[in-house]
Amino acid sequence: MTAPLLQALLEGFYALCGLLALDAAVRAWRTGLGGRGTGLFWGLFGLLFLCGGLLPPALVGALLLVLGGLSALGRVRPVGAIAPSPARKPPGRLLLIPALALGASAFLLALLAPGEPRGGLVGLGAGALFAALLALLVTRARPAELLQENARMLGLMGPAGILPQLLAALGALFAAAGVGGVIAQALSGLLAPGARLAGAAAYCLGMALFTAVMGNAFAAFAVITAGIGIPFVLDQGADPALAGLLGLTAGYCGTLLTPMAANFNVVPAALLETASRQRVILAQLPVALALLAAHIALMYFYAF
Amino acid sequence: MIRLLGVVLVVAGFLLGVDTIAVVLGAGLATGLLAGLGLEETLATLGRAFVEARYISLFLLSLPAIGLLERYGLRERAAEWMARLAGVTAGRVLGIYTLARGAAAALSLRLGGHVQFIRPLVYPMALGAARRRHGTLEPAEEERLKGLSAAVENYGNFFGQNLFVASAGVLLVVATLAERKIAATPLAVSRAALPVALMAGGLALAQCLLFDWRLRRGRKPR
Repeated sequence: MTAPLLQALLEGFYALCGLLALDAAVRAWRTGLGGRGTGLFWGLFGLLFLCGGLLPPALVGALLLVLGGLSALGRVRPVGAIAPSPARKPPGRLLLIPALALGASAFLLALLAPGEPRGGLVGLGAGALFAALLALLVTRARPAELLQENARMLGLMGPAGILPQLLAALGALFAAAGVGGVIAQALSGLLAPGARLAGAAAYCLGMALFTAVMGNAFAAFAVITAGIGIPFVLDQGADPALAGLLGLTAGYCGTLLTPMAANFNVVPAALLETASRQRVILAQLPVALALLAAHIALMYFYAF
Repeated sequence: MIRLLGVVLVVAGFLLGVDTIAVVLGAGLATGLLAGLGLEETLATLGRAFVEARYISLFLLSLPAIGLLERYGLRERAAEWMARLAGVTAGRVLGIYTLARGAAAALSLRLGGHVQFIRPLVYPMALGAARRRHGTLEPAEEERLKGLSAAVENYGNFFGQNLFVASAGVLLVVATLAERKIAATPLAVSRAALPVALMAGGLALAQCLLFDWRLRRGRKPR
């Protein structure tokens, strides 16, 4: 598949996401379930997906503030009318086919465009459509039930569903304001060059800390490696391949600890309907801290 | 240093349990304005990045299929399958998933995900296995099982992916070092991921088995 085709397909999937959100919005508005605020929330979100690229960016930003206001005022509530359970259920083994096809087809389609990150995304979208089709065949449900279930699942996620995207936008703003440089500077001010253990600890902790702030280790890596990793670890004679990779995965330990990494920590909590919003982070806390300590030890004993 | 105010707002907001979306937008506004971007440019930066990041929300497209399968009983069936297998425990289900997820990530296979696997299959299977042994779980136990089920997806994904030579993380390390005229081959960088991958796998398995042990403690096996 060529790059323009992939881009076109991707835009199509974005539009479809927008239409699904708009459908959920109309259902919320019509049934009055969850209140008008819920309809407005998903309606605006759908609009941003459908034609966000055509609107002036400042207007998009202003609409995001409206979404934030609705969420802050508690106006966004679950939408899905719980439909009565269907009388006739298909054999369980059949239900497994669409569920597995969702993952497998995403993977197979990504193979059609190797080395192209959009290939994976198009695979994800096409896999979702394929799985929806298979699910309709297996359950013999009416297509309208798909939309009804979409509204139920969106309502279940609530505002947490749009959080990953919003946090990516905040990360961009942090980057534009030069937040990373300030953190790297503050940490490196505490260090004396030549102290290897302190250097390894500062690099790993700096990566974990700044990743926790940005929600994304990739965004942290260039800044912290330039500010701390190179002067205090690599220039002191550490093996660059080892120290570099350990720096990156020390950042992943930070990802396990932060609500800023909403797609890994907050959305799953919403999906599993946990009582505490921070349940996933709490579960990951001991493993992340132990691994972070292991990173510092590995960098000190193994990379030097 | 005043630029860090946005960061402080985020941390304080999360700790105090203020509405997350409002916190994020407030921190964004504060950061942009304090950095001297002005209101319009701050909003535009937010808006532009939000639209560019639409790919992150593509997982929403799988919700209709997953929802429909759930309505027709996928989660109950997944629990029933586990109830029929002898020797299966919640910790073992999650431990096996961690290893499989890590291995798939190491081969760069995009098999996994909280929406695709954890909610519809893995968590119900783990819950089914736990109920088979111990009957109904306490709400606090179910809550911890939910946390662990979501966590194992992250463990496998994060610490397996860089074993793949051309993974995004490995290429980022190589490119960042190359910018500073420091040479490192992708093969050497991905090999460096092995010790951490083994440790993460060991810690994850230990956490899963510890969950089983805590469930067993104070109960009689049925």
